[in-house]
Amino acid sequence: MKKNKLFISGDEAIAIGAKLARPHVIAAYTITPQTIAVERLSDMVESGELKAEYMHVESEHSAISACMGASAIGARTFTASSSQGLLYMAEGLHYCSGGRYPVVMMNANRSVALPWSIYGDQRDSLGLLDSGWIQVYVEDAQEALDMMIQAYKIAENPKVLTPMMVNIDGFILTHTYEMVNIPEQEKVDAFLPPFETVNKMSFENPKNMGFSSQPIDNTEFKYQQDRAMFDAIPLIKETDEEWAKTFGRRYHGMVENYKCDNADYIIVTLGSVCGTTRIIVDELREQGLKVGMLKIRYMRPFPEKEIQEITANAKAIGVLEKNISFGYEGTVFTNVNSSISKTKARPFMKNFVGGFGGRDITKQEIRQMFATLKEQTEPSKTVEYFNLNVATDE
Amino acid sequence: MNRPVKQEYNRPTHIKDFPVGPQFDAGHLADENAGWRTFKPVVDAEKCINCLICYLVCPDGTIIKGENHVSVAYDYCKGCGVCANECPKDAISMVKEER
Repeated sequence: MKKNKLFISGDEAIAIGAKLARPHVIAAYTITPQTIAVERLSDMVESGELKAEYMHVESEHSAISACMGASAIGARTFTASSSQGLLYMAEGLHYCSGGRYPVVMMNANRSVALPWSIYGDQRDSLGLLDSGWIQVYVEDAQEALDMMIQAYKIAENPKVLTPMMVNIDGFILTHTYEMVNIPEQEKVDAFLPPFETVNKMSFENPKNMGFSSQPIDNTEFKYQQDRAMFDAIPLIKETDEEWAKTFGRRYHGMVENYKCDNADYIIVTLGSVCGTTRIIVDELREQGLKVGMLKIRYMRPFPEKEIQEITANAKAIGVLEKNISFGYEGTVFTNVNSSISKTKARPFMKNFVGGFGGRDITKQEIRQMFATLKEQTEPSKTVEYFNLNVATDE
Repeated sequence: MNRPVKQEYNRPTHIKDFPVGPQFDAGHLADENAGWRTFKPVVDAEKCINCLICYLVCPDGTIIKGENHVSVAYDYCKGCGVCANECPKDAISMVKEER
């Protein structure tokens, strides 16, 4: 019998997912904790298991540039990075989205220096929220693999033509092992059509590509990019439904509503910590507390409508994120709070920030967050660093 | 070889008619740039041997091939002087523009 389940790490799941999407060109520079993903892909190319061109570039800046160039001749491209590497790519990220090259990348979420740290938080990708890339955050290795394939389908859609970043928590997901269902290649091929684009360098239809624009035209190009993101929202949902029909796994599109329907207290969060939060929601539900979790999957485009609907009757909402925008609040909170403030609802809002540089977020801390939402302590303080190891009272 | 052709740019009035991202048929923004010149290349038809070195080195494709000698598309020549410098017969001289 053909083995269709493997005990693998998140990085390996990413590599297998990328392979199943049949990229023509892979250009990546290794960085912890993404390394294993691109090493596996490099192995696959060398062994002939994957028929692709693997470009061993000298930097992340070159990796994204190479992917753009390859995408411009109609190739399906893959890159991967993390943290400092992603930041070094930043110029290219804007270039790529502006050029409408639907490159797909994996980003292993990791802290950014200084202090230097190879461990996880989400300050790398959230700091690039405005780079014009679709951003999805996954909860486990299975979702990571599945999203690699869905990502190409969404990014390459002619209505979207926008690059997509699949974010996976460094170490917590990239370096832990779980049983992962491996989709069959034939089914993936049927699900994901070959890449076709109007923006193709060709002798038959020569074009001036990646040109500059004058003030008279620039705004229109930016408007187009913005619209393409909004056009992606229904496609994200459709793609996930089609995936569920073919492979039997469903992620519910833009967000997942976990027991929020009659919930008084909701934690909104993203990434691997959804797994821990889910367990606490179950535990507190057993005790009779009306609690729920709203898992944000996409940060761009942002699930405004979904958040407004799901949180409409909640008394208190906590946004839990491994991110802070120094001098204000967490960026995820800013986005969620903006969505809710456009409705008539006025729930108690709290921003739980922490888990920086690989610090664990424990079950007890999440229990305490729900308690804070219930008791609504310190209403004047929006941002709460929930796992500081030192006293900060003055 | 495609020579620059001056075209009128009809700016799209609806976003649907905009190219998807900054990629479009080349040349649609071409405009005359003769005004950039300080010196213009003048071909001495008697000296020209039609070797076409100037045709190859012109960065703007403004050398026009002829039966016995080359000539210059002055609407697009920017006056860089590469042709005059490279001409093996000194058949091209750079003459100051009088305006």
